[in-house]
Amino acid sequence: MVDRRHFIKKAAGSLAALGGLSLLQRSGLAVATGAEQSTIMDVLPGKEALIKKTYRPPNYETPVNYFDSPFTPNNRFFVRYHNAVIPDVKISEWRLRIGGDAIRTPLELTLEQLRKDFKPVEIAALCLCSGNRRGLFQPHVPGIQWGSGAMGNALWRGVRLKDVLAGAGIGKSALEVSLDGADSGVHKTTPDFVKSLPLAKALDENTLIAFEMNGEPLPHWNGFPARLIIPGWTATYWMKHLTAVNVISKPFDGFWMKTAYRIPKDRFPNGQFGSQETGTTMPITEMVVNSLITNLMDGQTLAVAKPMEIKGIAWDGGNGIAQVDVSTDGGNSWHQATLRQDYGRFSWRQWQYVLEPKRPGAYRIMARATSHSGASQPLEPIPNPSGYHHNAVQKITIQLA
Amino acid sequence: MRTLILLLSFFTVTATAGESQTLLKDRPGRSQVMAQCAMCHSLDYITQNDTILDRAGWEKTVGKMINVMGASINNADKQTIIDYLAQNYGK
Repeated sequence: MVDRRHFIKKAAGSLAALGGLSLLQRSGLAVATGAEQSTIMDVLPGKEALIKKTYRPPNYETPVNYFDSPFTPNNRFFVRYHNAVIPDVKISEWRLRIGGDAIRTPLELTLEQLRKDFKPVEIAALCLCSGNRRGLFQPHVPGIQWGSGAMGNALWRGVRLKDVLAGAGIGKSALEVSLDGADSGVHKTTPDFVKSLPLAKALDENTLIAFEMNGEPLPHWNGFPARLIIPGWTATYWMKHLTAVNVISKPFDGFWMKTAYRIPKDRFPNGQFGSQETGTTMPITEMVVNSLITNLMDGQTLAVAKPMEIKGIAWDGGNGIAQVDVSTDGGNSWHQATLRQDYGRFSWRQWQYVLEPKRPGAYRIMARATSHSGASQPLEPIPNPSGYHHNAVQKITIQLA
Repeated sequence: MRTLILLLSFFTVTATAGESQTLLKDRPGRSQVMAQCAMCHSLDYITQNDTILDRAGWEKTVGKMINVMGASINNADKQTIIDYLAQNYGK
């Protein structure tokens, strides 16, 4: 058992030698100078080494090589907080409160009740920070300068939010469902991190209150003892250390809905949150189609003699991946990659392509995913003020010698 | 109770952090920046945004910390902090 209060586990010298910079360069795109310098490997209690972006609140991303598997290990799963006060939640004291002005009978549930009184459900789903790859936007956008690792794929086990809400009774005036977690700001005046969902999304059969991740209790830094899972939507809604679910009759107007996590309406599809839209902006909701090469580093040198395996992952907001195309000549020609096991439409999908190189030299490698809805990745990211939805086709160069 | 949880948790997060390793440039205004900004977050929030924000950008950010995030910083310190950030971490 790790005692978080008295325990500082430093990254070992060998990890420091690995350096954050080389890991960031895997993506083949440059982050800002400051982001490079403040990026180091560090270990949070209960985790293994991750790429530290900020210490407090803790924001840590997963090195890309850990994405070369169907599910991301819990101890390498990325960590993202908005506020620095993060209590160690004790199961005996934890309660989930169901309330709001559009709920008939407010409820208070223990973890034991949640586990016993509702049907268990397990879903494979990608948890992806809205700002993943923000650090790769040109020109750079302020905020956490994430590389490609603010995401992870996991098997989440819990109960359906709609089953829990049914027990409390949803009133006719219900419009949104707001979510709060145990974490908060240092000052009382700091806006608490509270999000809301449209009622229909809260009642979706895939929306879960999860208490297990990859067969184990949720790690502290990923929302112990329970968090929300909204498969297909970016992680901003996946409230950690969930303590309150309120069914409300008016649009929730807290900072984290009204001001933060918004995108321009004219540049992105899939506005799915009508009650929170303005004339020009809407909340970010569904993930856009995307892919990542996981086994090659930009600038890497390999032997020309061998067939070269190019491996990666692809995902979208829940339509599922139809096809991944790989180019090894800078986009002049494209070849269909082989898709590996399908864990469901909310999971990322692994893929691979084997190149049999004929001659030495530089190879410009690109990957482009297409979803079952027909959506595909753009060659350049779509600019937006907060640096969300970076899904440009990745381009890396390797040397065959 | 809230105060106790708050205090313990604050130290929890601080204790896990190697954040004392983040050093800001030793120029006038650094002590105000460290006193005010580090109350709520580690200083790598500043260093990682080095050369991304110009003076107007840092002004907007410091303004957001006061008006939205609830930092209570007086006007004199606010100006010192903006000057320090613009001069040392500006675009």
